[in-house]
Amino acid sequence: MNYPLMAIALAATAITPLAAQNARQGNIAIENPWSRQTAPGQGNGAGFMTIVNRGKAADRLLGGTSLAAARVEVHSMTMDGGVMRMRPVTGGLPIPAGGGVALKPGGYHIMLIGLKQPLAPGAQVPVTLRFENAGAIAVRLKVQPIGATGAEASHGRH
Amino acid sequence: MDVIDPPPPAPQPPAPSPLGRLRLALWALVLIAAFGGGALYFASRQKPPGAADAYASAYGGSFAMTNQAGRTVTDKSLHGRPYAIFFGFTRCPDVCPTTLNRMAQLRKKLGADGDKFDIVFVSVDPEHDKREDIGRYVELFGTPIIGLTGTDAQIERIVKAFRIYYAKVPIEGGDYTIDHTASIFLIDREGSFVTTIDHQEGDDVAAEKLKRAITQA
Ligand SMILES: [Cu+2]
Repeated sequence: MNYPLMAIALAATAITPLAAQNARQGNIAIENPWSRQTAPGQGNGAGFMTIVNRGKAADRLLGGTSLAAARVEVHSMTMDGGVMRMRPVTGGLPIPAGGGVALKPGGYHIMLIGLKQPLAPGAQVPVTLRFENAGAIAVRLKVQPIGATGAEASHGRH
Repeated sequence: MDVIDPPPPAPQPPAPSPLGRLRLALWALVLIAAFGGGALYFASRQKPPGAADAYASAYGGSFAMTNQAGRTVTDKSLHGRPYAIFFGFTRCPDVCPTTLNRMAQLRKKLGADGDKFDIVFVSVDPEHDKREDIGRYVELFGTPIIGLTGTDAQIERIVKAFRIYYAKVPIEGGDYTIDHTASIFLIDREGSFVTTIDHQEGDDVAAEKLKRAITQA
């Protein structure tokens, strides 16, 4: 982001190929934010990350916004007798004091609803997360291949 | 609006005729009459038992769908090769890509045997998933996957055949998500159900099951 050119690129497109970075504000730290590649027309994507709360008070992830999607919601995914159920998390996702919550496949995720363009591997999706106490935190989800199960896409790519 | 426009609707083949169903029912009656018990007859046709085989006749049956290229795919046309079939929707952000990628990885893990079975993905979201969407989606997994869609009636039929639970759940903004069964069903080359692979099972167990489906019949 030192480069003026990069700043221009940032302003020009919603999704830019920059290096991954963790984000931090107040007591909340966001680690390894990532997303999965999507196909044209798929329309929805998911964001994953670890949220750490170093403070003495609990916080809540309420939702967010993104230039890359019409809406950003916090969702849970559960398996119930072999049936997959995805639901919006109502009232915010609690982030316990001195603890953390992993948003990962098979659990919680940030839902990107109404993607404005498909997510290509290597791209970064800007998302501003909204916390009850920490306020707004800007993160960039690094897009991994569709087979990825974590931020570093090592699975199945040997 | 920045939201991506949906592609034009794909031409759909006609729904199965009531006549076809009547014929099926008549055949069932003939079988019951001839063998004194239809269930017994079907049970006797199943392959040597394993734990899951007791209910082998419970999954699968006749269906006709449309693949991503617009061609009709039926239970009959899939005969000759075993297949792993999974139901979902392309906007499913988590379990669907995880499962399809898992099938792609298992295919690699099986080496030469990996080419001896088909992977079939059935969309239960005909409102959003046109065959072109399904085609572009399954392409991302880097291995051949048969993507299927159909009319509401055709989807109802295949869903019933495999006893799939699915339900549209409205979310904010007029949108919806779909609850759905996330098991993989393995079918042998003669169209008989072998077993399921569940999402929490290890890859070694899953690979063994696939090998069984490949060698059976
Ligand atoms: Cu979601």
